[in-house]
Amino acid sequence: MSGAFTKSMARNIFFGGTVFFFLLFLALSFDSTATLPKRDNRANLTPAVANGKKIWETRNCIGCHTLLGEGAYFAPELGNVYPRRGGDFIKAWIKGQPSGAPGRRQMPQFNLTEQQLDDLVAFLKYTSEINTANWPPNIEG
Amino acid sequence: MQYKSQAVATPYFIAAIGLFVGQIIFGLIMGLQYVIGDFLFPMIPFNVARMVHTNLLIVWLLFGFMGAAYYMIPEESETELFSPKLALAMFWIFLVAGALTIVGYLAVPYATLAELTGNDLLETMGREFLEQPLITKVGIVIVALAFLFNISMTVLKGRKTSISLVMLLGLWGLAVFFLFSFYNPTNLVLDKFFWWWTVHLWVEGVWELILGAMLAFVLIKVTGVDREVIEKWLYVIITLTLVTGIIGTGHHYFWIGTPEYWQWWGSVFSALEPIPFFAMTVFAFNMVNRRRREHPNKAATLWALGTGVMAFLGAGVWGFLHTLAPVNYYTHGTQITAAHGHMAFYGAYVMVNLTMISYAMPILRGRAANSNKSQVLEMWSFWLMTISIVFITLFLTAAGILQVWLQRVSETPLSFMATQDKISLFYWMREWTGVVFLIGLILYIASFFVKGEDKAAA
Ligand code: HEC
Ligand code: HEM
Ligand code: HEM
Ligand SMILES: [Fe+2]
Repeated sequence: MSGAFTKSMARNIFFGGTVFFFLLFLALSFDSTATLPKRDNRANLTPAVANGKKIWETRNCIGCHTLLGEGAYFAPELGNVYPRRGGDFIKAWIKGQPSGAPGRRQMPQFNLTEQQLDDLVAFLKYTSEINTANWPPNIEG
Repeated sequence: MQYKSQAVATPYFIAAIGLFVGQIIFGLIMGLQYVIGDFLFPMIPFNVARMVHTNLLIVWLLFGFMGAAYYMIPEESETELFSPKLALAMFWIFLVAGALTIVGYLAVPYATLAELTGNDLLETMGREFLEQPLITKVGIVIVALAFLFNISMTVLKGRKTSISLVMLLGLWGLAVFFLFSFYNPTNLVLDKFFWWWTVHLWVEGVWELILGAMLAFVLIKVTGVDREVIEKWLYVIITLTLVTGIIGTGHHYFWIGTPEYWQWWGSVFSALEPIPFFAMTVFAFNMVNRRRREHPNKAATLWALGTGVMAFLGAGVWGFLHTLAPVNYYTHGTQITAAHGHMAFYGAYVMVNLTMISYAMPILRGRAANSNKSQVLEMWSFWLMTISIVFITLFLTAAGILQVWLQRVSETPLSFMATQDKISLFYWMREWTGVVFLIGLILYIASFFVKGEDKAAA
């Protein structure tokens, strides 16, 4: 680099640029949180959904599945499993694991109560109603 | 070694490499579960292996960063470390806390672990990469603060260089953005929104400052190029990083319920993120070409050049591949993501740590560089691991393209599981390549034990 461009100029541009773009990011984030109520389905955040999310987290479902495309890629996307399969199927499915089919990928048995299963389904239903700009491309996730 | 207290870096480097081995073993377990679904089930379910794999990765990279800081900062500041005792105490606390956490994942069901460790007080567990129990997370913060106090005090009492400043900024940023891991609202969209403030702003933000500072430090040492030149480059690179990378966070805000203007902001800014990685490659080659001395540690120079190239390929090229919203619509959450994650993490953060270890360990052991025999073996391990990761990435990319085609683009989409069946050949090839990677890693460790004529003491 040429001699006219000094280290202290580079440093000043670094600090100036970083502060500017960080503030811009904060402004965009602030605007996002303000618009979220229109998209994030918060009207349906019931206590059941909250409890369902807790079960989702404490069983580490994200360690095998994606949810809205984030997580692990070992097992099906679950952000739209509610419309794909329906609540009864989901409950029956979770109760029926592991499949024990030889060589097939396995999902553990979590020994959830009927109440916990209902809450989990409520959480998955709430998730499926978030406005995700039409993602995923089709029902298979 | 110029300052006695730099020696505290040694246990950090050794622990880092030990945990790296553990990470790869669990990677291979998962790789096998991909094709033999019931392998080790129910003893080690896939999700448990995954937590161990990714958490070991993060913890060993942190060990590497801390060891690097303890090595670099006294030399940059031209003074002994503020408190070597504190550094050693934190080493043991971090190692024991890390080991207990891994044992916890493996020994008790995750829900029980959550109950035992106070998750009910503040629910933070069960999110990707942030699976650690609350007490572990608090422990990480305490260790990080003690560490930051220690190195900040060292810098304050000594010479203040740009490399020190950038390293400190990166490490303080690492600690600050980790605090978002304690924020877990019930609202899934908000949860995901701020989850990325830890994950993305780490790897595509503050960690790149650490990466740049470590690379600059080693390049000064092995090339003898003027510090003014190297530090100017460093500032240019990290400016490009943060100017593109902060708003680049938006490439994760396409499909998670966030406003749709992020498809523009995220695509445009993240499409520019490869530029700083490209600059880093040019920087590394440029400095080595303009070298003013022939440093006897050829292996360290090779790692430094490799970091530039592989970080650019993994983060820059493979990142760009799926970062534009119309492409990401199809590739989001597929094997394409996994392909990119592997090459980016390896190329940037694994390699920069191995660069530092390769440069510093011989000196910590009382010589400027290892014997030729040892260096030749180390270079073999460089090529084996690096070529393996390239092929792992290519196989996962092939798997990902087919997955997208069969499951998402097709007029008659297959289910997820049916698709996985069809692409299992690529998972087998990934697994075998992973075995080669492990051999490379074993050779790397073996190179530490190869004797021969040492190069003169530093
Ligand atoms: C160890 C990995 C693992 C964990 C952890 C896991 N699953 Fe699964 N899950 C799977 C696999 C593999 C399948 C597909 C199995 C098959 O098709 O035979 C699956 C399938 C499902 C399905 C059916 C999807 C469909 O489209 O048919 C649902 C629903 C489901 N899981 C819910 C959950 C929930 C809820 C949790 C957490 C409480 C969870 N899973 C945890 C591995 C896992
Ligand atoms: C060498 C053998 C390796 C194998 C067989 C392997 C295998 C795997 C598997 C199967 C997953 C889970 C993918 C999923 O969610 O379904 C994974 C995740 C991951 N691995 Fe590895 N791995 C290996 C090496 C590495 C290395 C060297 C690194 C670091 C550089 C690494 C970093 C990661 C990361 C960051 C993830 C999370 C990826 C994501 O969420 O997209 N792995 N690995
Ligand atoms: C060294 C730097 C980088 C590292 C370590 C890294 C690592 C990762 C990892 C592990 C993921 C998966 C996260 C998850 O599990 O959900 C990811 C996702 C992603 N990365 Fe990177 N990355 C880096 C740089 C970049 C760059 C520079 C770009 C763009 C040019 C990029 C674009 C993306 C995109 C678009 C995703 C989302 C993938 C999806 O939709 O599933 N990354 N990255
Ligand atoms: Fe990102």
